[in-house]
This record gives sequence, structure tokens and C-alpha cells, in this order.
Amino acid sequence: MIPEIGHFLLILALGVAGLQFLLPSWGVWKRDARAMAFGQSAAQVQFALVFLSYLCLTWAFVQKDFSVTYVAANSHSELPLMYRISAVWGAHEGSLLLWMLMLSGWTCAVSVFNRRLPADITATCLAVLGAIAVGFLSFMLLTSNPFDRHFPVPAEGKDLNPLLQDPGLIIHPPMLYMGYVGFSVAFAFAIAALVSGRLDGAWARWTRPWTTTAWLFLTMGITLGSWWAYHELGWGGWWFWDPVENASFMPWLVGTALIHSLAVTEKRGLLKSWTVLLAIIAFSLSLLGTFLVRSGVLVSVHAFATDPARGVYILGFLAVVLGSAFSLYAWRAPQLKSDGDLVFFSREGLLLLNNVFLVVAAAAVLLGTLYPLFVDALGMGKISVGPPYFNAVFIPLTAPLAAILGLGMAVGWKRAKFAEVVRQLRWPAALALLLAAGLPFLWVGSSGFAVFAGVMLGSWVLLTSVHDLWGRVRAKRSLLAGLAAVPRCVWGMTVAHLGLGLWVLGVAFVSLHSVERDVRLAAGESAELHGYEFFLRGVDPVHGPNYDADRGTVEVTREGASVTTLHPEKRLYRAQQNVMTEAAVDESPFRDLYVALGEPFDNGDWSLRMYYKPAMQLVWWGGFVMFFGGILAASDRRYRLAKLAQAPVSADGKVTA
Amino acid sequence: MRLAHWGLALLLALPVLAPAQPPDAPPQTVQATLDAGQQERYRRLVHELRCLVCQNQTIADSNAPLAQDLRSQVERQIAEGRSDDEIRHYMTARYGDFVLYKPPVQRNTVFLWAGPFLLLLGALAIALRQLLRRRDAAAAPAAMPDRQALQKLLDEDRP
Repeated sequence: MIPEIGHFLLILALGVAGLQFLLPSWGVWKRDARAMAFGQSAAQVQFALVFLSYLCLTWAFVQKDFSVTYVAANSHSELPLMYRISAVWGAHEGSLLLWMLMLSGWTCAVSVFNRRLPADITATCLAVLGAIAVGFLSFMLLTSNPFDRHFPVPAEGKDLNPLLQDPGLIIHPPMLYMGYVGFSVAFAFAIAALVSGRLDGAWARWTRPWTTTAWLFLTMGITLGSWWAYHELGWGGWWFWDPVENASFMPWLVGTALIHSLAVTEKRGLLKSWTVLLAIIAFSLSLLGTFLVRSGVLVSVHAFATDPARGVYILGFLAVVLGSAFSLYAWRAPQLKSDGDLVFFSREGLLLLNNVFLVVAAAAVLLGTLYPLFVDALGMGKISVGPPYFNAVFIPLTAPLAAILGLGMAVGWKRAKFAEVVRQLRWPAALALLLAAGLPFLWVGSSGFAVFAGVMLGSWVLLTSVHDLWGRVRAKRSLLAGLAAVPRCVWGMTVAHLGLGLWVLGVAFVSLHSVERDVRLAAGESAELHGYEFFLRGVDPVHGPNYDADRGTVEVTREGASVTTLHPEKRLYRAQQNVMTEAAVDESPFRDLYVALGEPFDNGDWSLRMYYKPAMQLVWWGGFVMFFGGILAASDRRYRLAKLAQAPVSADGKVTA
Repeated sequence: MRLAHWGLALLLALPVLAPAQPPDAPPQTVQATLDAGQQERYRRLVHELRCLVCQNQTIADSNAPLAQDLRSQVERQIAEGRSDDEIRHYMTARYGDFVLYKPPVQRNTVFLWAGPFLLLLGALAIALRQLLRRRDAAAAPAAMPDRQALQKLLDEDRP
């Protein structure tokens, strides 16, 4: 009964979403205030319906209702409750429902927070979001209904993919989807700007907190995904340039560009049509990513062939959304005039350069991800594009960004004197050089050109951020008063940039100076790695709720002193007979020690993979600090006050229009 | 892609916990026979070669029997004094270009390698043109002193 209710609620939601698209659109066209206002109540009702439907599916998982096909395929009677709840988004159908829940949540938030905006802008936004909801809901109902039943009812489920049975995977997908879907709001604002022809500083100010919020969730989602891969996949890597990762990384790169171009549009009234274009592209890439990942096109071309209906619908939906958005853009964008002139050596000029590099980097990732598909489709052979390609192309395209970033913060809006900026930045530059020369020796005991350059860029970003903050505080009476006077959006920028600096430092050390060793050990033997002694005490069988495991005990010592005891596991999940590696990691700010169990040998010896990974933690911290910076920036009072101040002006504007 | 599917099916059919190592294979303590420079080359090469039967993994990152076999193949060939290119050539001769994660520059990968940098040049050129055009357009009115003064007053007014 409950699954049927869930199914019915989705159908109702589809109806409401349809009205949410049609009525406000009609209202904007006819300037009918009541029709425009309908969007807000529709958005809230739609959210309630989708949320209840989501609860119905969760209930089916909690109750182990294996008569529901999707539950039977992704759950098991031995699966712990925590994973039964997260299994809702463990495969295609349920993750679409999660996507839909996020979309209706964002839509509901827009209907609540946009009340003070001009009615036509809010109405257009909600209509656009309604149209997207119609697309997703009908996709689910037509091709991927999570509530489908099947008979006879199986006695046992097929279990959740063991890869997904990890705490990291409980929060990673919701965060990632919050980010993906959040760009739909920026997209809706961009369409509203094109429709109304109103694109000014106020528009940029309304759009900024939404974009930043989507971005911070995406940042967190990607960081958690990387953290999960590091612990769960057992190969010591944290970024694989896998198509699935790239699908989330491309919207992040374009979203980052969008945040920066929005700043230019707000402060200087420049780059208007470019900002709108970026908002459209960011959401397009989110859509593309969602579909590519969940339809499996990238992993295997055959996923389309097995269910042609899904593939055709996806392509059709993408074509309609992107086609109409880009047509509207081509029609209306030429009318968007910038308010002034753009000088290269100014903050806006450097931000434009930042956008060029970010967007080209995203395009390179897209090219590398799709290229094998194209070459294969054209019958030009089968090739692989992997990490060596992406590293070779991506690093030269993004390294200049770090250099520009430091300059950009020191350069003022409008125009600046090069000599003055050089004079200002001579100390951060000198200090960055000093750190680049010295830090590698202190941290990992050796150096080289690549790590020199990496540390140079990372510390340049860190030092110029601090220098910028110092410049704002210095003039004030006391340090505390100065720090208190810094507005929250500036804190956000500074903190996010500090996060990036930490991240660059971490990446430089961990990718250039990790040490790895594969060894074969019997119980009671030990191996040496970068000054640490790894002693294999033994490997014992243990039993989890739905798996059996071999659990190693590895005692790590350094110069005779005990450092830690690690327990890497090799788990056999009973339902699917899948083997999973659970690596054991000793984490510290300066280095990670990482041990994974390989294969056992006939005589009872084990192969072990050991890593010494310097500064690995900085990579995660960098991500978390960027996330925190995003929170600071999005929660600036300015956005709320600005909305209040803007309301009467825009109301006037509407009357005269 | 078809190969990957087939391989996956094969992998799932294998008794998973059985020792994957054939009895006559070399011991897994790899790199023991190689000197430091050779170990460096070994590490780079195994990160460039694709495990053909896995979803999307390098042979360094997979415990599939084929990956183990290819790893020891790489190790043996390095020990025999073969160059990196000779080893890559050996792999592509057996498995095709699909085995290389770093595709060589050739007819069907020209745009893959050149594309990003062409895009960068194109984007920089467009940005530069915008800057120059704006400057030309702005040059005439900005020359008038009263307009400049007016702009300055307006600027000072802004927070």
C-alpha cells in the first residue's frame, strides 16, 4: 500500500509541477499578479508531495519490502538500518528521486526567500524550475519508477552494492546532489534575466547567495567523494579522473567561474551576457553529469542499448532544456549592455582571465571524458583517456590561476598601477619563494622542480590572502576591531582562498612525494617504508553483519617507538559474493600511513600494499575550508539587507515597465 | 567497451577468494630485482596501462589476474633492459591503443591533445579583442575632462 501511495504522490507532484510551469508563465506574459503568485504555493505543495513520496520509498526500505523491485535489487535482510536508509539513493531510480527531492527543496526555498524580489522575476524562476521538475518527474514515471512491484515476491534482496556500504557514502551523494541541483536556481535566475531583460547589479546580488550555496555543497560533495574513494577503493589514490568524478568536477569548475563573474557583474555591471551564459553552462553540465553517471553511458555504451527508452528520453530532455535556453540566450543576450569599460590590469580584468582558465580547464575535462566515445562512435578505433592525459593537460591550464589569484586580490577595481601592485606584493612573493625552497626539505626530506613550483603556488595563494586581509585590518585602531569590521563576504573569499592554498600544498606533496611498496609478508614478518617499520602480527577472520572478513593486525613503529596499530580488512559480502578492500589509515597533519591487504598466498602469506603519503590531510582540509568559506560568503548580511532595500525600487520599476 | 563487459562477467564468475596467483608466477614482492631508477620507471608505467578486464582502473590499481600478469610483464621487461617505448609498443601490439591511458599523439588523437590549448588560445584571443574594443569605444568620451571629473565624483560616492 505504502509504495502505491508514494507512486500516486509522484503523479500528483507532476501535475502540480506542470501548473507551476504554466500558470506563472502565463502570468508573466499577461502581467497577471495572481497567476504569477501561484508559483509560490505550487512550489511548496510540490515539495511536500515529493518529500512524502521520498518517505514512502524510505519506508519500503526500512520495512524490507522486497515486493518492490527497486528495494529487492538494492537491499538485503541483513543490511544494517543506516544503510537501508541510504540505499534509497544506491541506484538509478532512487537517486533520481533524491535529485527530485533536492530540486523541489531548492524550488521551495526560492519561493520562500524570493518573496521580496519583483514578482515577475520570482514567477519566471519558479516557472523554469517547474519545467525542470516536469522533465524529471515524467522521466521517473515513464522509465524509472522506483515504486514498481514484482511478483512472485523474492524471499531475499540482492543487497546494496558493497562499495556503497560506507559512512562516507551516506552523506556524499546528498551533498553532491544539493550542489548539482542548486545550479538550477542560478539557471532559473539567468532565464529570468533574459526574459525580463533586467540584468543589473541587483540581479547579480540576488543570484550570488544561491550560486555560492550550490557551490559550497558541490565542494563538500566532491571532497567527501574523494575521501571515500581513498578509504574504500584500497589503491591509495584520492582522485582518479574517472568519468563519474569528472561529471561532478566540470560543474564545479564552471560554478567557480560563475561565482567570480557574478562578482564582476554586481560590482561593475560588466560581463553580463557572459555571466548568464556561465549560469546556463553550469546547469547544463550538472544535467549532463547526472545523466551520464546514472545512465552508465560513459562506463559502457551498452547501457543505452539495454533500455533505449531511457536513453532516448535523456537525449530528448537535454535537447529541449539546452536548446531552448541557448536559443533564448542567442536571441536576448545581445541586448545586454555593459555599463562601463573593462581594463586588463584591474580586478575585473584579472577575474576575466580567471574565467578563461577555469572554463577552458572544464572544457578540457569534458573533451577528455567524451573523446573515447566520439572516436569509438566514428569508427576511428578504441582509445583510453586516463589520469596521465588529464594531469598533463589540466595542470598547465590551472597553475596560472593560482598565480593570477594572488595578483587579483591586490589589484583594485577599475584600474591599477602595475608598479604599485608589485611593490605591495614583494613580501608575499619573497616569502613564497623562501617556503618553496625550504619547505619540501623540512616536510619530505627532498625536493625537485615540480614540488618547488607546487609549494610556490600554494604558499603564494595563502600568503596573498593573508596579506589582503592584513591590508584591510591595518588601518583600524586595533587588530580585533579591524577583524570585526571585515564584512562576511570578504571573510568568505579569504577563507575559500586559504582553503585552495592548503589544497594546492597538499596535492603538491602527496602526488609528488608519496612512497609506496608492495610486499609479501608472513605473520611475524615486517617491512620498512620511509623510516617506518610495518610488522604483520597476523590475519584473523572476523564477521560483520552482512560480510565475512580477513582482518590484518599491522603494528607500526619508528626507531623502536610504537606509532600505531592498523587493521586493514578484506571483506567478502555474502549476498553478492563481492570482495571489498577496507584500507587502514593512520592520519596525521603531516603524513598518512596507509595499509591495504592484497591477495593471500597459498602458504598463508599475504601481499600488502603500504603507502607513506605526506600532507594527504591538507587535501581534505582544503576542501572543508573552501566549504566553510562558501558558508561565510553566502550568509553575508548584505544579501538580506540589499533585498529589503531593493524591494520598493523594483516594485516601481515593474509599474513603469 | 564490449571487452570490459566480458571481462567483468568473467571476473564475477571467478571464485573470488581463491588465490589469484598462478603457482609458477614470480613472487609479488615486486621491484626487488630493480634498481631505484628502474623502480621509478616501473611505477610510472604501471600507472599508464589500463587493466583491460576492469571497469576503469590502471594495472597498478587492480588485483585482477590480468593486471598482476601485466605488472610482472612490465617488471620483467624493465629488468631485461627494454626501454619504456618498447614496453608500450609490446602492450599496444597485443591489446591495441585501448591499453594506454596516455594515448600517443597520432591521427585520431590530434584534437584530444591539441584541443585544450587551441581552446585556451581562442578564449584568450576573444577576451583580448573584447578588452581592445572596449578601450577604443571608451577612448573618445573619456578624453573629455569634465566627463572624467564627473565619473570621479560618482566613484567617490560609491561605498
